[in-house]
Amino acid sequence: MSATPHLAFERDIVDIEDQIAKLRNLASKHGLDVSDELRVLNGKLEVLRDQTYNNLDPMEQVQVARHPLRPYTLDYVSGVFTDWFELKGDRRYRQDEAIVGGWVRLNGESIMLIGHQKGRDMKENLRRNFGMPHPEGYRKALRLMKLAEKFGRPVVTLIDTPGAYPGFGAEERGQAEAIATNLREMARLRTPSISLVIGEGGSGGALALGVTDRILLLEHAIYSVISPEGCAAILWRSAERRHEAARALRLTSSDLLRLGIADEVVPEPPGGAHADWEGVMRSVREALIRNLGEIANEEPGRLVARRWAKYESLGAWAEDGAEPEGRS
Amino acid sequence: MAWFKRQKTPLTAEGRRDLPRDVFDKCGGCGEILYRERFLRNFGVCPECRNHLRISAGRYVELLADPGSFEEANAGMTSADPLGFADRKPYPDRLEEARRKTGRNEAVVAGRCRIEGIPASLAVMDFAFIGGSMGSVVGEKIARAGRCALKEETPLVIVSASGGARMMEGAFSLMQMAKTSAVLARLHERALPYVSILTDPTTGGVTASYAMLGDFNLAEPGALIGFAGPRVIEETIKQALPPGFQSAEFLEEHGMVDSVVDRRELKSAVGQLLRHSWAGWKPRA
Ligand SMILES: [Zn+2]
Repeated sequence: MSATPHLAFERDIVDIEDQIAKLRNLASKHGLDVSDELRVLNGKLEVLRDQTYNNLDPMEQVQVARHPLRPYTLDYVSGVFTDWFELKGDRRYRQDEAIVGGWVRLNGESIMLIGHQKGRDMKENLRRNFGMPHPEGYRKALRLMKLAEKFGRPVVTLIDTPGAYPGFGAEERGQAEAIATNLREMARLRTPSISLVIGEGGSGGALALGVTDRILLLEHAIYSVISPEGCAAILWRSAERRHEAARALRLTSSDLLRLGIADEVVPEPPGGAHADWEGVMRSVREALIRNLGEIANEEPGRLVARRWAKYESLGAWAEDGAEPEGRS
Repeated sequence: MAWFKRQKTPLTAEGRRDLPRDVFDKCGGCGEILYRERFLRNFGVCPECRNHLRISAGRYVELLADPGSFEEANAGMTSADPLGFADRKPYPDRLEEARRKTGRNEAVVAGRCRIEGIPASLAVMDFAFIGGSMGSVVGEKIARAGRCALKEETPLVIVSASGGARMMEGAFSLMQMAKTSAVLARLHERALPYVSILTDPTTGGVTASYAMLGDFNLAEPGALIGFAGPRVIEETIKQALPPGFQSAEFLEEHGMVDSVVDRRELKSAVGQLLRHSWAGWKPRA
């Protein structure tokens, strides 16, 4: 049995990884040549990974999106960008650690980077509130976006949250108002913006960083109006039915692309981002440079007009009993 | 011990339960039984305790629009089923049920009208239609109400009542938050006043988009207003919430709404705000 955190359907993968590790260990200790055995095991591993990750059902997809070993925002900060300077606080109440933001550099250009930040252990999760922001987190994010607009720099947001925190203080300090204001202000921000969902795109708490010129999703990321568990509890009256809810909600990256919401799905290495951090960093870097390049020199007024047209077209309805229109 | 409790049941209650339901209403605030007629004349406000009962979108139109001035738009717009969603029931069946129950095609009524003589674009949500949930039609009709205000250069008034997003439309329902906010961004830039009226209940995605974005946020007394529902919060913080948490008065106290206004005074409040703020309004010489 492995001590590596893993999902139920990853069991066989982790077992082979353990065998490989043991074999390597043994070989180096006793100076043996195990290259043939290793080649066989690595081959097996590759096939198994492909099989598993090409056939995930929607709830398994959700589990991958929440995988405890997936890179989080600060991992991308160090893996994709350089020259990080964190900017803290909303200037009104406090510093919310569930959202991080600051200057980064990519391909020589300065960018305002903002993202949800989850913790990797209990201690860090208490500090990061499991990536669930309070209003002050969203207000900080908006403050940084306005700075980017002021200095003519693009905004990149990394989305990875179960949702905005549903707590006492969050309500007192206007969680709804904070999210709503971000939606409106991001819609009229006069600078290029890209959002990339790197893990969980949980409802309004995700969208509050997501009204951007381009919406990208990592291959195994999800974007949903409600968690499958929450949806199952309400509509099926049982959280056990989360598999059905996950399927019904159409929350995978390929679903979002098909619905016309996502502009692009950014591929992950075989076995998912958590299996190969360097691989996913390369993939994200390429996608960001290319997308930024396409919109960086756009006149701000045209950028904003196109953003309005894009969001105002989303949905599916039928006019006065006619056939449905809109993107469906 | 149980028989003690049973004896406490007021004897009159039995007789009262038999009252014909379409003639009488019971006030949830003070328990008073009243002629429905009297409730309706009072726009669903209890004359005894001033408790505000939920009323339909149609009643709000009557309450706010000058008589005969309301021209409804897009009344026939209906939801598609973009995901082919089915839980214990297919989504189209739920829609059909809601249509039968409310006599409306969707959870929002929108059009143009005059409010105290001032031209305005008006949209009113109906909680009776799948909990006033926001799907593509609600989003599109709210967006069109905003665009109507932009095109005719009039103010916008929205009455909200919603449990949040329409889950059965998945990410499309989520994106309606962005869509409606994008239209409000345009209104904002053109300095056309937007009055948001929050009624019981306004929660979730509607609160976290257009309901909280009014230049002026008005709330009805006692209305439940919040981002998360009280049950979700209690489950999260493992603690009971104090009475009055997330009430309109609580929001006023915490700086989230400009004023808690009695339903019967909403129209004059809206009129006053629009006269103060809208550059297009000219006082009569
Ligand atoms: Zn009463």
